Amino acid sequence: MLNKQLLIVGAGPAGLAASIEAKKAGVKDVLVVDINMKPGGQLFKQIHKFFGSSAHRAGVRGMDTGAAMLKEAEELGVEIWLNTACVGFFDERVACIEKGMPDGSKQIVYMKAEKIIIATGGQENVVRFKGWTTPGVMGAGAAQTMINVNKVKPGNKIVMLGTGNVGLIVSYQLMQAGCDVVCLVEAAPGIGGYGVHASKISRAGVPIYTKHTIKEVKGNGPNGRVSEVTIVEIDPKFQHIEGTEKTFEADTVTLAAGLKPVSDLVRLQDIELVFNGPFGGWVPTHNEKMETTCPGIYVAGDTTGVEEANTALEEGRVAGVSAAEALGAISAADAEAWRAEIWTRLDGLRMGPFGEKRAIAKKEVMDAFPGVAEA
Amino acid sequence: MSIKEVGYISHQELIDAKQDISAARYAKGPVAVVECVQQIPCNPCEAACKFGAIKIGEPITNLPKIQEDNCTGCGVCVAQCPGLAIFIVNKTYSDTEATVAFPYEYTPVPKEGEEWEAVNRKGEYQCQAKIVKVMNPKAFDRTPVVTVAIPKEFADEVRSVKRK
Repeated sequence: MLNKQLLIVGAGPAGLAASIEAKKAGVKDVLVVDINMKPGGQLFKQIHKFFGSSAHRAGVRGMDTGAAMLKEAEELGVEIWLNTACVGFFDERVACIEKGMPDGSKQIVYMKAEKIIIATGGQENVVRFKGWTTPGVMGAGAAQTMINVNKVKPGNKIVMLGTGNVGLIVSYQLMQAGCDVVCLVEAAPGIGGYGVHASKISRAGVPIYTKHTIKEVKGNGPNGRVSEVTIVEIDPKFQHIEGTEKTFEADTVTLAAGLKPVSDLVRLQDIELVFNGPFGGWVPTHNEKMETTCPGIYVAGDTTGVEEANTALEEGRVAGVSAAEALGAISAADAEAWRAEIWTRLDGLRMGPFGEKRAIAKKEVMDAFPGVAEA
Repeated sequence: MSIKEVGYISHQELIDAKQDISAARYAKGPVAVVECVQQIPCNPCEAACKFGAIKIGEPITNLPKIQEDNCTGCGVCVAQCPGLAIFIVNKTYSDTEATVAFPYEYTPVPKEGEEWEAVNRKGEYQCQAKIVKVMNPKAFDRTPVVTVAIPKEFADEVRSVKRK
């Protein structure tokens, strides 16, 4: 069995930031595993400039932040295993890891980690309607990966369901990639994401239908692909209002109906979870060190509640510092001061009418924390 | 109808957010117009302006406010705004024409001398636009800024050109 000081699962913004911070704090042996072919999580498909504080890389494109973080992690000597899945957890922080080998094969590795940070991110929600399994219906995140990472257009005429920031940003990026966005459809009475993102869509002349949903998708295109999309107005109880249907010619439907935390690994341990609607579902409770009820296991990023990349990154930093402290790499006082600085920034990211809901949700999740169990 | 309901900003919302520019300032030449009426935690525009003409302060969710006397209309802030929500409006360009500068991240990028279709915040056709300037230096980080000349009466309406 392999021994590691710190094992981090997930090489997205939270996991990478945690690895960088832990290394900076003096942890010698840091391993990050990620199931994907490339590290960076969603950062490399975020081709837009990020919001936030100018003191912390706001205005920089997500992909460039991803590249900078990856470089920093490599320079600091963080070990990264790709194509690698953490498939099991046992007591005393023993992880079962399916390691991706250079020849494409997999090898099972058992590893005893002194500390573990789980940063497995989020997963897109699915919406069901008549024809939802038709080829050409996909997650907005999948479409974004196609255009921004693989440079392939998912289709030419796209209907976007959902107007949160993901729906708005991906719609914009689909147009940047040369696709036409037919319309955006939103069940709520108002647009979910930032007005400035919606303004970009409006300036491009793309209509946004609030209080509407998709009624049916027909697949009469080549190989049964999406050929037309019918939307319908809905009443306050989300019931279709007959006679308000509109039908559009389209070859692709992208779903941006929110995300849920990926908490599978957390569930393999006896970690206390709490249900939180605004955060997307069941999330692990944790303290201000990002430590869970299971001693030595920390969480960060969308796993702890779906937010956005900057928040994930800062939470990752907190977890990295805390793990370093627990490993004895830095003093409690230094760790405390370091964390206080990060928490101030996190509070800033959770301000305003958009951030407030997340601030309350985070407080609920942390208030529910009963304390770390006896080791 | 608010931006939350329709997806584009109204003149009243700019006034309510104290982001409308005075007629006196417009009479003096080019000026930045910030159209950012929701309190989002974001402030790169404030740091972008070396003349201190964009004020946010603390907390970071304050709405950006143009300091009319400090703004030179230089346009450096336009490409720095992650929300693509800053425009430079020059109502003194000529007797009959105004210019509007806006960020434009689609391809093809307009070229100087070309004629494009100018659109308003809803993407509706307003008038023909003469492309008078296209800036895309490294500092803009792949956000070209396009300046169009249009009949003066459209200066408060035109905010982009129709994508080709």
